[in-house]
Amino acid sequence: MQNLIDNFFSYTITGLTIGAVYALIALGYTLVYGVLRLINFAHSEVFMYGTFAALWVVMILGGHPGAGVGQVIFWVAMMFVAAMAMSGLIAVLLERVAYRPLRKRNAPPLIALISAIGASFVLAEIMGLRSRIVGWVGLDDTLRDYVRNSRNNAGLPTIIQPQPIFTIGGYHVTNVDIFVIVGAIVIMVILDQFVKRSRLGRGIRAVAMDPEAAALMGVNRDRVIQVTFLVGGVMAGAAAVFYMLKIGITRYDAGFILGVKAFTAAVLGGIGNLRGALLGGFVLGLAENYGSAVVGSQWKDVVAFVLLVLILLFRPTGLLGESLGKARA
Amino acid sequence: MSTTTSAPAGRKPSSRSFKERVDTMPRAVKIVLWVVFAVFLFLLPLLNIPFITTEGSDFGGVLFTVATYVLVALGLNIVVGYAGLLDLGYVGFYAVGAYTVGVLTSEHAHLSWVLVVPIAIVVAMVSGVILGAPTLRVRGDYLAIVTLGFGEIVRLTLVNSQWLGGAQGISDIPKPPGVELFKVPSLDWSAGVPVVDLSTTSTFLKFGINDFVPYYWLALGIIGLVLLFDILVKSSRVGRAWEATREDEDAAELMGVPTFRFKLLAFALGAAIGGLSGALFATKAGFISPDSFQLLLSILFLAAVVVGGAGNRWGVIVGAIVVGYFPERFRDFADFRVLVFGLALMLLAIFRPQGLLPPRRTVRAKRADDRQAVLEEGEASA
Repeated sequence: MQNLIDNFFSYTITGLTIGAVYALIALGYTLVYGVLRLINFAHSEVFMYGTFAALWVVMILGGHPGAGVGQVIFWVAMMFVAAMAMSGLIAVLLERVAYRPLRKRNAPPLIALISAIGASFVLAEIMGLRSRIVGWVGLDDTLRDYVRNSRNNAGLPTIIQPQPIFTIGGYHVTNVDIFVIVGAIVIMVILDQFVKRSRLGRGIRAVAMDPEAAALMGVNRDRVIQVTFLVGGVMAGAAAVFYMLKIGITRYDAGFILGVKAFTAAVLGGIGNLRGALLGGFVLGLAENYGSAVVGSQWKDVVAFVLLVLILLFRPTGLLGESLGKARA
Repeated sequence: MSTTTSAPAGRKPSSRSFKERVDTMPRAVKIVLWVVFAVFLFLLPLLNIPFITTEGSDFGGVLFTVATYVLVALGLNIVVGYAGLLDLGYVGFYAVGAYTVGVLTSEHAHLSWVLVVPIAIVVAMVSGVILGAPTLRVRGDYLAIVTLGFGEIVRLTLVNSQWLGGAQGISDIPKPPGVELFKVPSLDWSAGVPVVDLSTTSTFLKFGINDFVPYYWLALGIIGLVLLFDILVKSSRVGRAWEATREDEDAAELMGVPTFRFKLLAFALGAAIGGLSGALFATKAGFISPDSFQLLLSILFLAAVVVGGAGNRWGVIVGAIVVGYFPERFRDFADFRVLVFGLALMLLAIFRPQGLLPPRRTVRAKRADDRQAVLEEGEASA
């Protein structure tokens, strides 16, 4: 407990940065749950592919520590482009291959979950076996740096040197921390406005509210679902960039634990609710950091899961507990 | 349209004829067949049949692994198949069973194995009730995630608590007491024809460290008992209550079925069988660590049930054999087995969502649906 009081701000800022990542991934779960009433189990892999896209683009551009400001901004911008494109693509592909055929057959949700688990394995294993796959295609030499040790951690060079901007309660808040937290909130606001104001956003809300009525009103359900997966994927791509900037290490199975945490965040805030995902992400990030300060950092993941169980027991609808469809209709 | 109607009708007699043929056999023949089949299963590790026997790894050990998968699948089938509760953290109960044995026979006490296994079953059952009582009130897909979290909580607790051996786990778990009754010789196929090999034998119920065949016999015996229990429970009032709850919880509740209590019962029984399999696993391995209880295992268990056909006990046994045996047989592809497995799950979900051997009721329901669809289509076109 003393530890928590002494380092309160340190835990708070760390919690908020990781919470921002959770929140952005949680959006993917929430959006898909809103329109399909399904838990997209493979969303964690969508995020994982984003982290690799962000990493690879920096490797291609020759990113290195200690570059000028203009250069760094360019690299980070390219990371966003690459990660969002990759994650968006994977998410759309996932919908096409693992979900749409089932929807056409009116399969029960359990089967969709099995299909998603299968897709999740396939995606993670393709990444884990990428050195072998590249070997078959005969591109060993050109791609060696990208596929080396495909079962091990891959690290991003520290392209943004963390520099303390200001100090609060003895903790030096760095530029990376501020960039991640502010960046995540800005992206969430943009998404919120997109869902609220744009034509496609209206379609998403309509399908979430009542798929059949939406179809009768001329909403193309398949297209809306595809857009929903795309948007969720793009958000996961953004999360991947922030994650790489803050943590800097990824692996073929890095998505799993983050995926479960992000799902917890989505449930915590009220699944199907966009603002709930933001709130849930930050609350979860803070709670697990405070919790680990009190009971020891090795129990961090346990704290998150216990929180999930408690939330489901006492407030199954989450903190904000509104669905995508009902929210500000 | 005539072709679509004749196709299911044409298939019906052939699928029924197998069952009919078995049903119409004289009782004595049936019993003899069952006994022959049981003896075959008991002798399987010693027959050394070419092709199906695994090279490189001990076939008795592989069969034991497959048998634990079968046992786990039978337990999980009660939860997922009968009661329709999606449990992604079943490995948690498996771990509870294994660790109970580890703690009580090696780490903190030295009780007898015979005493410890029932304790392990009870502890796993209690943990099932503790997890189930609060979580079974939440909706289906939430339950999946809560149980997933439970599996991870169990594993992380094992890693972090020194009392349970921490990351090193527990070693020196004693072997169960055995009696040496008789020796069973094995077959040798190296000459092309089977020859009885009297030099390589397995002693009936001597639990050693080199010969895993007796463990397989033990597991097989337990599977037999669990199957009997499963058949009795499923055909009782409890089984019907589960089915009603699975099909329509609200309707079942209105008909006076205390659905929550039956769901909890399914959870507890499933957990008990999971704990029993974990206890067996710990006994044979002699060493357990948190690494033996990865989340992937939960997914594999669930896959065994779904691949085989949730709700049909013979189906899930087939599923467990597929999931447990093929990775061992085709070890050359060890790197790719998760990939292939994931692909198989996706293909199965898309092309055969009811599993390889679905319950008869599901088949009937699907046929009725198809007929309905054909009728509606006919009306629409007319």
